[in-house]
Amino acid sequence: MLIKRKTTKKHMKSEHWFCLIGLTPIILIYTYLRFIPIIRTFYMSFFNWDMVALKKPFIGLKNFRDMFAGQLFVKALLDTTIIAFSILIIIMPLSLLIANTLVKGIKFKSWFEAFYFLPVIMPMVPITVIWKWILDADFGLFNYFLSFFGIASKAWLVNPNLAIFSVILLTVWKNVGYNMLIFSVGLKGIPKEYYEAATIDGATGFKSFLHISIPLLKPITVYVSVMTLIKGYNVFSQVYILASDVQGAPSHLVRVLVYDIIENGFRFYKMGYASAEAVVLFMIVFALTLVQIKMAGDNMLSGKKVKK
Amino acid sequence: MNRDNKAITALKFFLLIIGALIMIVPILWMISTSFKLPTELNIWPPPLMPKQFKLNNFYRVFEAAPFLRYFLNSLGMALCSTVSILFTSTLAGYIFAKFKFKGRDAIFALILGTAIIPIEIYMIPLYLQLQKLHLIDTFAGLVMPYLIMSFGIFFIRQSVIQQIPDEIIESARIEGASEWRIFIQIVSPLLGSTLAALGIFAFLEGWNAFVWPLIVANSKTLFTMELGLAMFQSAYTLDISLTSAGSLVSILPVLTVFIFLRKQILESLSITGLK
Repeated sequence: MLIKRKTTKKHMKSEHWFCLIGLTPIILIYTYLRFIPIIRTFYMSFFNWDMVALKKPFIGLKNFRDMFAGQLFVKALLDTTIIAFSILIIIMPLSLLIANTLVKGIKFKSWFEAFYFLPVIMPMVPITVIWKWILDADFGLFNYFLSFFGIASKAWLVNPNLAIFSVILLTVWKNVGYNMLIFSVGLKGIPKEYYEAATIDGATGFKSFLHISIPLLKPITVYVSVMTLIKGYNVFSQVYILASDVQGAPSHLVRVLVYDIIENGFRFYKMGYASAEAVVLFMIVFALTLVQIKMAGDNMLSGKKVKK
Repeated sequence: MNRDNKAITALKFFLLIIGALIMIVPILWMISTSFKLPTELNIWPPPLMPKQFKLNNFYRVFEAAPFLRYFLNSLGMALCSTVSILFTSTLAGYIFAKFKFKGRDAIFALILGTAIIPIEIYMIPLYLQLQKLHLIDTFAGLVMPYLIMSFGIFFIRQSVIQQIPDEIIESARIEGASEWRIFIQIVSPLLGSTLAALGIFAFLEGWNAFVWPLIVANSKTLFTMELGLAMFQSAYTLDISLTSAGSLVSILPVLTVFIFLRKQILESLSITGLK
């Protein structure tokens, strides 16, 4: 795009040197920190790669067969899927509603925005530590709160189903502000004329929200959904902290993919097997991204920016 | 009609306040719990306020674990990561936006492709690579994966395309400025707000990192805030007021920054969030 007839030969040469010197180290760093490890994850998944063993024999697809035959991985895949999709189903309408209410203008708007956004920038570990205490079966604030509605105390972190619910609740609480923020930007980008035209046609309030905002927000909705799902499939810190001191087998209560990868890779040194699990996680992330590219139809290589 | 509207607005307002309370209560609860005595913890119903606001638990936390060290490690890691990401992203983003050479689009596509792949997927081979270089359990090993950010390159590339016309660069060249000079003195300053947005984003990513520090840092002296607190809470499970005090200490820097830079942070994350 920059080839100008005016540019002299000398200039062309210095431009080439600039690109070469500037980009080569960066490409090398990328190769070392990203490209090679990603490719090696696939490679290692075909081996019985025990970190402490001398021999690391090639075993084809055995890791993958073992994975789907074993109970823990299947449970991890299932639990993670339940968590990711439950978060999605709860967080999308909730964040869109909050964003819509705030964008339409309301008193103390920027205060509300700040409060809803606060959990987003909080680090996950301290937040989970306090939620763990809030959800405590005997002395937790949550059970106390529910007691006002006549709901009996529950062991939120001990019962497996309730524990999954707790992870979902915590993650929604933490991320709803982020989705709200993205939706707000999208809503602000819809030209006022659309709504004015709709008012003339008699569609106001909820109707115009349903027939104008929602269809026009489709690309952003697809993007936010896919990001929410990808994050959901990567949940780890919450689960690690919430379930870390349950007596007996830690974290068998709620099993998530990343936990399984770390445990197999770094506690049992079954790095080939753990890599195979990572490959499955990659496939999920990849498939979700394809869905996004297909549905939103935006070509990220074109340099076109999402309308603001 | 008018009265209906007012009622709806009031209802909306009410619901928003309930929501905002739900957002803030866990943090208030953390503060309240961190001041409580052990005798105030195992009581039903839970007392909402501590009997006294003495700092005992905070002294005990700093005695029980080197939280200052954790803080400095996190800060060092987040700062190194931010500086490196800003530099590499600006340089590469600018080159991808304004120069033409063979294979440019292919290289850019490869880099962009890694943006969606979280570190959890390739951390095992990366760990083995760094082990060969004896970088496990070192600060360098801790920081390394966070030195680059594919999204940063993409983000800067788009900003350069949108904000910096070719003419500016072209005229600087005619005046005899070298390419590096153009990059440092003309292009980078024009990207001011974009760089601030990316910087905030990168800093938070570094500060909040957890999985990689968990597998790379073995010695306490290398723990980050997140990791240190995670280890602390599993060692002091029963001493809730102490872990709450530790949690409060660890969110305090982020909380302070957020209170002062709320507008900028929201702005930055809404630009970076939308790509």
